[in-house]
Amino acid sequence: MTRAVPQPAVFVAADAWLRGKWAELASAWRRSLQLRVVASTLSLSSAMLLVLGMVLQTQITNGLLEAKVNAALKQATISRDLVKRELDRVDLATESADSVKDKLTSARNRLASPPPGDAGEVAPSGAGTFFSVLVDGKAGGDNVASSGPIQEVPGELQTAVLQDKFAHKITTVSRDSGQVTMIAAGVPVVTPSRTLQLYLLVPLTGEQQTLELVQNTLLLGGLLLTLLLAGIASLVTRQVVSPVRQAVEVAERFADGHLEERMPVAGEDDMARLAVSFNAMASSIQDQIRRLEEFGALQRRFTSDVSHELRTPLTTVRMAADTLHDSRADLPPVLARSTELLVDELDRFESLLGDLLEISRLDAGVADLHLDTLDMRAVVRGAVDAVRPLATSSGSIVELTMPDAEVTAELDQRRVARILRNLLGNALDHGEGRPVQVRLSADEHAVAVLVRDYGVGLRGGEEQLVFNRFWRADPSRNRRTGGTGLGLSISLEDARLHGGWLEAWGEPGAGAAFRLTLPRQHGTPLLRSPIALPSDHAEPMPAPAMVTVPPETRSQDVEFPH
Amino acid sequence: MKARVLVVDDDPALAEMLTIVLRGEGFDTAVVNDGTKALPALRELKPDLVLLDLMLPGMNGIDVCKAIRGESGVPIVMLTAKSDTVDVVLGLESGADDYVVKPFKPKELVARVRARLRRTDAEPAEELAIGDITIDVPGHQVTRDGQQIALTPLEFDLLVALARKPRQVFTREVLLEQVWGYRHAADTRLVNVHVQRLRSKVERDPEHPEVVLTVRGVGYKAGPP
Repeated sequence: MTRAVPQPAVFVAADAWLRGKWAELASAWRRSLQLRVVASTLSLSSAMLLVLGMVLQTQITNGLLEAKVNAALKQATISRDLVKRELDRVDLATESADSVKDKLTSARNRLASPPPGDAGEVAPSGAGTFFSVLVDGKAGGDNVASSGPIQEVPGELQTAVLQDKFAHKITTVSRDSGQVTMIAAGVPVVTPSRTLQLYLLVPLTGEQQTLELVQNTLLLGGLLLTLLLAGIASLVTRQVVSPVRQAVEVAERFADGHLEERMPVAGEDDMARLAVSFNAMASSIQDQIRRLEEFGALQRRFTSDVSHELRTPLTTVRMAADTLHDSRADLPPVLARSTELLVDELDRFESLLGDLLEISRLDAGVADLHLDTLDMRAVVRGAVDAVRPLATSSGSIVELTMPDAEVTAELDQRRVARILRNLLGNALDHGEGRPVQVRLSADEHAVAVLVRDYGVGLRGGEEQLVFNRFWRADPSRNRRTGGTGLGLSISLEDARLHGGWLEAWGEPGAGAAFRLTLPRQHGTPLLRSPIALPSDHAEPMPAPAMVTVPPETRSQDVEFPH
Repeated sequence: MKARVLVVDDDPALAEMLTIVLRGEGFDTAVVNDGTKALPALRELKPDLVLLDLMLPGMNGIDVCKAIRGESGVPIVMLTAKSDTVDVVLGLESGADDYVVKPFKPKELVARVRARLRRTDAEPAEELAIGDITIDVPGHQVTRDGQQIALTPLEFDLLVALARKPRQVFTREVLLEQVWGYRHAADTRLVNVHVQRLRSKVERDPEHPEVVLTVRGVGYKAGPP
């Protein structure tokens, strides 16, 4: 990623560190069931507790407020009666403003210190301490007579009470000691001369303290509960997870080839049932593998036995035939020709037997790779030398193009030489006497040999068929090599054994091309070939899927015990 | 004088055919068809070469090979049905000098047998040395500090081939041609196995050879005289 503005190094480092931590966490999240369970328990329970706490708090607040409001209203009623009694004797209308104020103040003072007889009436309200305000609101103009902190009574409430309503409101005022929330209750006081307004301001300090305590308790309780729940979840998950982890360990060891590995079975719970089923599966797999191994051993044994049993009599026949053949000059013409046929067909029989045994070994996966680091040029040259007699008889020239520098690769000389001899024999066989081109090329990872002829070529679809066992392009064509029909199949298997590709291309009349691509280092996967097939010029390279070998198959083939 | 070949093979038809071919080529032959009879026949007949089938009843060809090597350096050519298995290496390690793979052509077999019997009759009086080893070529004797070291004829030929050109590095192919008589590229395991066998006899410490040195990626050469 490129950025327009260069970041200071420290940010970049912090960024990287954060990203690293994040990746670590993400990986832990993906890998640990326990972490996930604990985290989801934690988040779900805290959400649940949050909702619960909020509901509880609202409930408690409402309850407290309601009680307080009721008490305030009750107190207001009581206070109204008191004030009323006090002012009944006074005609406010006639008094001067100052004297009205005095009267109001004295009435208010009666509220603060009610007569001993009235104490019983005040106490049940439960409003606690309160401030009172007495206003002669209907006086109008500037000379509104009032007593008490009228500025703390909300305007809306004053308006409501002025209309002779019984009202209350919760308000917050700023005092020197800080913000104080209060219930302001207002009642009209009907006196013979005029209707006054009495307001009671009941501070909610006590309730606020109670609420704070409740809040703190809820928070602490919730926190503790959440932690406890997380702990419990962790503990419970561990109970499930630790046997699962144990099972994972056992399964991994089993997969590593320790086939006798079994899970301990304790009790009769679900984990025990899992252990029992796992063990049953393991036993079954072990049996299957043992049977396959036995079968493989049997197959190897059979191949080796057939090999020996067939080869011994064939050797005798071969020697007898050759002895006859050597003295064919002394035989009558019919017998001489017969011995010739006998010897020729024995050659074919031998190569057929050899190919059959080879392919059965490849099928059984017991073919072994003898890898050496060799110069591929020498291998190609050897193969070209080997087919020289065939080239002479077919009239084709073999044109060899190779790099000047050494082209080393890890390969089984016998197998690679066999592939090349097969491809060359094939090209000479079908090359119609035209030149056969052999090109060797390599890049960093792969070596490739392209064998190109300009003979009859292949029809569409035959590029795949040529690798089929006993497939023949044209049964009526006469063949010089007397091939067994297994050559290309074996070559394909040999290429696979190396982790390489063998591909064919052909066009009717334009000839055919076979390309062998091998990794220079055994075990490295091939990505592309250093040589293009003729078809590559026209169209993208065909998917080499038909000869790609998954690494596990290959290693199985190679590492099979002998 | 005709060379004597002892054929050890359980297959009567093949044994008879081998006899016919070898007699036709001018060898004397004797046949035993059981591995356990091979040693007594060897002691009695003192053959110039043993043709040994690897798969035998009674006694395994490998064991027969070891038993023969226990008391004689006579050239042994194995007959084997398996060319690309460990059997060949096992056979060579147990002392066989060369092998032919069934089915073989009579000419191929005869060529192998002749190569093993080939004796440079008129060798000049020549004495070679590698390290503290002295080789008396015509006397077919190898000694270290006057102590004689018993080598099979093949091992002796291999050592002499290396010792005659002390500075030359021999590829396995060249050694195959000079010592075994192969004209075409053959199994280089023959060379590897026999160099190991030779080292186990002539080296003081086969892990750190001083007589037959490996030249990595090329082949072998003789140690400094």
